Amino acid sequence: MTAESAKAFEALEGQARDLVGLFGRAGYEFVAPAILQPASVFLDQIGEQVRARSYVFTDLAGEELCLRPDLTVPVSRLYLERHPQADAEARYCYNGPAFRFQPLGPSATHPREFRQAGVECFGASDKAAAEVEVLRLATDAVRSAGLSGFRLRFGDIALFYALVDALDLPERWRLKLRHYFWRPPSFHALLDKLAKGERIAPNGLVTALSDQLAGKDQAEAEDVVSAYLDAQGIPLAGNRTLREITARLLDQTADLYAATLPKEVATVIEYFLAVSAAPREAVDRIAMVAHGAGLDIDAALGVAARRFDLLEEAGIDLTAATFATEFGRKLEYYSGLVFQIEAPGMDETEPVAGGGRYDNLLTALGAPRPVPAVGSAIHTERLLAAVGRASS
Amino acid sequence: MSAPSLVIAVPSKGRLKEKAAELFDAAGFTLRVKGHERGYRGQLDGLPDVAVEYTSAAEIVHQLRSGRVHLGITGEDLVRETVHDVDERIAFLTPLGFGHADVVVAVPECWLDVSRMADLEDVAEQFARNHGRGLRVATKYMNLTRRFFAQKGVTGYRIVESVGATEATPATGTSELIVDITSTGTTLKANHLKVLEDGLILRSQAHLLASKRAAWDARAETLRDTILRALSA
Repeated sequence: MTAESAKAFEALEGQARDLVGLFGRAGYEFVAPAILQPASVFLDQIGEQVRARSYVFTDLAGEELCLRPDLTVPVSRLYLERHPQADAEARYCYNGPAFRFQPLGPSATHPREFRQAGVECFGASDKAAAEVEVLRLATDAVRSAGLSGFRLRFGDIALFYALVDALDLPERWRLKLRHYFWRPPSFHALLDKLAKGERIAPNGLVTALSDQLAGKDQAEAEDVVSAYLDAQGIPLAGNRTLREITARLLDQTADLYAATLPKEVATVIEYFLAVSAAPREAVDRIAMVAHGAGLDIDAALGVAARRFDLLEEAGIDLTAATFATEFGRKLEYYSGLVFQIEAPGMDETEPVAGGGRYDNLLTALGAPRPVPAVGSAIHTERLLAAVGRASS
Repeated sequence: MSAPSLVIAVPSKGRLKEKAAELFDAAGFTLRVKGHERGYRGQLDGLPDVAVEYTSAAEIVHQLRSGRVHLGITGEDLVRETVHDVDERIAFLTPLGFGHADVVVAVPECWLDVSRMADLEDVAEQFARNHGRGLRVATKYMNLTRRFFAQKGVTGYRIVESVGATEATPATGTSELIVDITSTGTTLKANHLKVLEDGLILRSQAHLLASKRAAWDARAETLRDTILRALSA
């Protein structure tokens, strides 16, 4: 698709110039981060499933590189190069190629080489305002390209975290639920297990050590584990520390003696994740699920509700919008609002634009302090195709 | 000389080469290297229209995949690792009873809290929280690893490619765990590694393999059946 015909390329470039012009007038500085990126940044932050979708290779010096699979991470790295202290507010826009391996073969709607045009807003402390600004820009951009009748789909990862925090759970289970949220098949298996009241069977060694570990604090338990390793002639080798090994042994021991997770907890999570409706109706339904279980997540719900008010005040039409609690479980760096723009006649899996809030990414990339960040990227080939389809 | 009716690729060095030669010998078709002793072409006694190509165990997989040879002898681990559409490309004719090696997931023995694949996802979560990155798995079996981990629902890891001394990488700190072959377990034990209870990815051995993409005529098929009968006896 891209660059395969000069005419198509010219049309894309023309569209991109308009998009970038619009972003520039809104105060977003144009940047062009490197196309070749160190693979480790992506692999460490997003995991091995990225490798399966990315062009990763080793260069002649032995460095592992990739063709950038998206522009959010490269632009975030560029922000940190310019502001190593991560103490500045900055707004960047871009237009350029990104690359993804398509397991079913490249196609018009799932090309392996495509161009993303987008914006990233770093360090804006009024989060709601920044989100509205970015969403407004994204919708203005697709509209200015000639797209009409598009639908918005929203999710909010922060709501799930608020729900898990409000549940009466041991911290180790809370961490587990947060982690597994991003891995839907494993998450459902875990919930299933919990809903049936099944215990997670410990290994033989844990059972054997549990008598010695029960009731011990971390320091005492480390002594027990250390003595056991010595007696068995097992050296403590590798990057995982005695503290980490012991902490998990204590968790497993606690699971051995703990009551199983109440079925109601799994039920609440499933009801929560089943919510998909018009934005305000969805917020009300989530509130009902939470209140029905005696959980207080009003603060997070208030943030979500207020965001919708602000969006409407900014002139964004929400009548055809959907809010789904399940939406946005793919890219682990998202931390709050997630959204996408769907063109008429195109399906949920091929949005013309998407984005969200990713407040944890910059610290993971080495920022010395957390940086609030929100952005949006337009899949320009899809946008062009959607506009073309509507006008033909 | 006229073109051979069938081409078979056999390993050019090491245990696999010796074992393959013994097998053909016992079957009554002695393998002979053509020309000097280190040549890369050979013949089978009694089957003059079969050409033997000596090549590396890994290259044999590519030859079979593309159909440049009809038959080949190599390890199942290499075939499954290298060829993603194996069922369309290569037929497993018979296991040969040598070259046994298990591809396994192994972790440091001191990980007392870990015994199964399911533990790895929890460990990955804890490790990411403390170290700011996922677990590193050292292996030369990138594809087998990725498929097996996906099937077991383990995602919080990344692969670091390792072509030699993989078993030493957890202790030196370049990986947290490994996927490697083991035949007796001695090397793993010596490096204080343990295999996970459900960490057996593949029980591999040498196979007689046929390329589905090679040019198969009636004579080639007859020769294939003759060789298959001889080697499976």
